[in-house]
Amino acid sequence: MAYSDKVMDHYENPRNVGTMDKDESGVGTGMVGAPACGDVMRLQIKVDEQGVIEDAKFKTYGCGSAIASSSLVTEWVKGKTLEEAGQIKNTDIAEELALPPVKIHCSVLAEDAIKAAISDYKEKQS
Amino acid sequence: MSSPIYLDYSATTPVDKRVAEKMCHYLTMDGNFGNPASRSHKYGWDAETAVEEARANVAALINADAKEIVWTSGATESDNLAIKGAAHFYSKRGKHIITSKTEHKAVLDTCRQLEREGYEVTYLDPEEDGLIDITKLEAAMRDDTILVSIMHVNNEIGVIQDIEAIGELCRSRKIIFHVDAAQSAGKTEIDLKKLKVDLLSLSAHKVYGPKGIGVLYVRRKPRIRIEAQMHGGGHERGMRSGTLATHQIVGMGEAFKIAKEEMFDENKRIVALRDRLLKGFDGMEELYINGSLEQRVPHNLNLSFNFVEGESLLMAIDSLAVSSGSACTSASLEPSYVLRAIGRNDELAHSSIRFSIGRFTTEEDVDYTIKLLKEKVDKLRLLSPLWDMYKDGIDISSIQWNAH
Repeated sequence: MAYSDKVMDHYENPRNVGTMDKDESGVGTGMVGAPACGDVMRLQIKVDEQGVIEDAKFKTYGCGSAIASSSLVTEWVKGKTLEEAGQIKNTDIAEELALPPVKIHCSVLAEDAIKAAISDYKEKQS
Repeated sequence: MSSPIYLDYSATTPVDKRVAEKMCHYLTMDGNFGNPASRSHKYGWDAETAVEEARANVAALINADAKEIVWTSGATESDNLAIKGAAHFYSKRGKHIITSKTEHKAVLDTCRQLEREGYEVTYLDPEEDGLIDITKLEAAMRDDTILVSIMHVNNEIGVIQDIEAIGELCRSRKIIFHVDAAQSAGKTEIDLKKLKVDLLSLSAHKVYGPKGIGVLYVRRKPRIRIEAQMHGGGHERGMRSGTLATHQIVGMGEAFKIAKEEMFDENKRIVALRDRLLKGFDGMEELYINGSLEQRVPHNLNLSFNFVEGESLLMAIDSLAVSSGSACTSASLEPSYVLRAIGRNDELAHSSIRFSIGRFTTEEDVDYTIKLLKEKVDKLRLLSPLWDMYKDGIDISSIQWNAH
């Protein structure tokens, strides 16, 4: 299968690869997917006191499109408020990366990962 | 080095130049283009001579009689003709068939079709090493069992089934035995004078011959009957109608002749290359060999690089032409059914790469492969949350995953 240039770029040079301390209070962790399905994404966000995402990290087990989708969202969420980040849609990700129909689930997973990270952070605050 | 380096000989092989050269003489006006079924002139007679010479060459590789060779379009058609043909012909004797879960789709889907027609099929689970336990096969046999279909060499993991023992068992129970030998011809010995195999499928393009041509071996002593699936001019003694594709047949014959002459020496070279490849990965963590290493053709090495997803690995090693047991291209995201059938968990099934070595593989190709794989697996593991968890001592199977 031919990958788009943007997928190749994120795959070759993934942005914001890494791990944060999930027990830190300002950190929200979202882990979605399953090994059985061939993809697992872990997205972590660090939120400042104003509720703005100041940093994001990811690690992904999955195909090139899954890696690119998660790399892309770490770029997108940085500097956004939790509310803004929560509005990122899988269709935006799929469009930006020019994902073919069989890879749409990768963008869905990336959207789920952001939502999971945000809800983890919110749970910690309450 | 050709780019990308071809290590997918189990998918198909390039046509050997000697084969292609010979095929060219059976196409044009100045060549031997006749219809082998034309009885009234030299064009037909010459084509028939060429077809019969090829038939003898194919028969020689498997130690069969030329009269037992039926030309088909390839191993898929041979499997269909063997299984449907025997099941239909012997349906009055019974309607039960036994096969295994690791068979090629050409066998499995044919069996599914027969189930829709009212036959009953038992799909055996192979052992963890990929091999069929003969006692389990025997236990599955019933009075109404008419056919057993077990492949010789598996296309994904290269393991060699004990078709000698299975043949003895089937013969003692008067059950017809079909073997898909597409992946074994030219790689390991097939002696049909010794083996009690009744029907055997062969393909040319796995043995450096052209695509679109294959053979079904149909035993004459004891005589095995099959019902034709393709009707028409009554070619191939009524078992498979259709004008014979002389150039394809000549190609298959030449390819099998070369295989017979060179197999012994070629295998020595391929064992050395396989061992070199395997040794190159020595010391890599979480590396698994899929299928028995002992009961296996040296041409195949199927490895799982745990915690790295196969498709992303294929992308990283795109200077190699290999295949993966992970199919992340459909909504279902099914990993290899062969690896699942031998009990590999999902992570390992999704992390598998099949390297298949052949006639034109060099030591240089192998050394490059080792270096590239090590580098890229390391890179992808640093990206993998599962690798992190493994390193932290977390048991991945203990986690509740939300399958999507």
